[in-house]
Amino acid sequence: MHIVVCIKQVPDSAQIRVHPVTNTIMRQGVPTIINPYDLFALEAALELRDKFGGEVTVLTMGPPSAEDSLRKALTFGADRAVLLTDRFFAGADTLATTYALATAVRKIGETYGAPDIIFTGKQTIDGDTAQVGPGIAKRLGLLQLTYVAKIGSLDLAARTIEAERRSEGGVQVLRTRLPCLITMLEATNEIRRGAMIDALRAARAEIVKWSAQDAGVEDIAKCGLRGSPTIVKKVFAPSPRAEKAVLIDFGSRPPAEALIEDIFKRQPKLEAELAALARGF
Amino acid sequence: MIEEKFDAIVVGAGMAGNAAALTLAQRGLKVLQLERGEYSGSKNVQGAILYADMLEKLIPDFREDAPLERHLVEQRFWMMDDRSHVGLHYRSDDFNEERPNRYTIIRAQFDKWFSSKVREAGATVLCETTVTELAQDAYGRVIGVRTDRHDGEVHADVVVLAEGVNGLLGTRADLRARPRPDNVALAVKEMHFLPRETIEARFNLKGDEGTVIEAAGTISRGMTGMGFIYANKECVSLGIGCLVSDFEKTGETPYGLLERFKRHPSVAPLIEGSEVKEYSAHLIPEGGYKAIPQLYGHGWVVVGDAAQLNNAIHREGSNLAMTSGRIAAEAIFQVKSRRDPMTKENLSLYKKMLDDSFVIKDLKKYKDMPQLMHIQSQNFFLTYPQLVSKAMQNFVRVDGTPKAEKEKTTLRSFVSARSWTGLFGDAFRFARAWR
Repeated sequence: MHIVVCIKQVPDSAQIRVHPVTNTIMRQGVPTIINPYDLFALEAALELRDKFGGEVTVLTMGPPSAEDSLRKALTFGADRAVLLTDRFFAGADTLATTYALATAVRKIGETYGAPDIIFTGKQTIDGDTAQVGPGIAKRLGLLQLTYVAKIGSLDLAARTIEAERRSEGGVQVLRTRLPCLITMLEATNEIRRGAMIDALRAARAEIVKWSAQDAGVEDIAKCGLRGSPTIVKKVFAPSPRAEKAVLIDFGSRPPAEALIEDIFKRQPKLEAELAALARGF
Repeated sequence: MIEEKFDAIVVGAGMAGNAAALTLAQRGLKVLQLERGEYSGSKNVQGAILYADMLEKLIPDFREDAPLERHLVEQRFWMMDDRSHVGLHYRSDDFNEERPNRYTIIRAQFDKWFSSKVREAGATVLCETTVTELAQDAYGRVIGVRTDRHDGEVHADVVVLAEGVNGLLGTRADLRARPRPDNVALAVKEMHFLPRETIEARFNLKGDEGTVIEAAGTISRGMTGMGFIYANKECVSLGIGCLVSDFEKTGETPYGLLERFKRHPSVAPLIEGSEVKEYSAHLIPEGGYKAIPQLYGHGWVVVGDAAQLNNAIHREGSNLAMTSGRIAAEAIFQVKSRRDPMTKENLSLYKKMLDDSFVIKDLKKYKDMPQLMHIQSQNFFLTYPQLVSKAMQNFVRVDGTPKAEKEKTTLRSFVSARSWTGLFGDAFRFARAWR
């Protein structure tokens, strides 16, 4: 069995900032991580491989530095990593991204064997569109299971897979034919800690790097900014809250008393209002 | 267990570990470096000042691509009381040279770069891997390490312990005692972000020029300790540290000291309006020469902070770490190239080479200083700074008092605080410890 997992290197959103003047996202110095949703996809793939045998290939599109994320995926236990990197891919929206990734998946199939399942996370934390997984499925003509919470049974002989899909009304248990594409929900599993042997292998692995040409892209105009009909009209940051923290010097006063005194000093009407309220009761 | 055996395993990817791993890999040894943090630098804390000479010995052209902040053109020493400071400043345009001598750096960025050089040299670097204990044979000889990964035991001819000041592995394996509370300082640090122009205006700098302020006095409340303020490109590193045993004795808190230091009238204007984005704390070895443990044994050597190699008087640590790492690697390479085993006897070469270097020579020079500073901390960090500050104010304030009378007042304040015997004794003890 051959499983392809598509991952994305994203800025750690917990540490991201917006430039106060230009309103653009300041990526410089922000640490990058594997999109957290993709880790559930990777773990699901690794569990299937461990149970049924085969190989897991991890694929990403990004700048050369995205190699770090692929190496990490290898540390978790993936067998192979492919980095799709080319300046023609820069500035891609989801339409252009799915074109490039679908092309690369086809090439992976030709090079390393046709994939039976393609996994992605349900969405990324930077784009939040949840469009890339379904987009790849559509372009490759694959059946798709989105928002999957649990992989049920896999029958390699009959080439079917059963999965639990969470929907608004409840849980759907679906069976579909292979090959298919699955997007995984969060909190469905926990990424493993790679064994020493995997960590060693990952640290020394050669990451396969493909340019647009290597991946077999036929129409470069469908890639990157040129192939992206999405236009960003405006980016703005929510204005920061006006309240500021204040350091109150308690001196020798008991803290609670000092705090109340200080609050009353800042809100002169408050004490009278509270007293009136107390009388009312 | 991993079947593949390495020539050397380096535990830790700080200054000492990276220097050792780089040197070993450059000499063609098969090296595995293990780091518990997400990447080299993710857990490393320092002021931080980089000393160019020691890095040049490892990477001669480091200035081409290393992430450096500012090169230092100025050093300020402040002796502080609660409202004033008496300063000694040295600034020289000579430091605006082609190959500057000292830089401020941000360790998270610098170490990442340093680690990339280690990888390029051919070492296998594994992060997010914690070494839990040393693997020893029946005779107690170190033969490798055990890690927190599944099937995580790896063997090597020699293990370089660059595990940092706590040195948990070495102490767990009884290679050395735990550092004593009066031999380590606890330092806390904040990074205050300010626009570049603001920093340059406040610190009187232009371009990539930088300055450092080392401060001592009543800011440590009579404890043995120092504060520091380093100007980076777009932030100011500010911190203070005191001996752990002093914190224990006085009940003072590190954050309390830091808050008071930041509010000092000499410090507050420098960081006004800044945004604090990082807060870190770290132990610093301060015991000096007398605190240096056994540095080598069967199948192991210890380098850097784990070996307590830090010059507290000159505020030098990272260069001692780098140098000890490099020297340990060179010693290992020599033993290896003679095809000798990594026995205790053969690895004593590391100690010999280190003794001949500035590392041990400098620490030996100040061997009595840590103890003197500790025993006399009330005088050196409280009494004298206050006396000197008063004397300076007396000297510069113009109020119609005849100068001769002013001098008498100053002299009397010193004598009544410390007595003639005390003053001469302190001067003598200090001079002897410095010598």
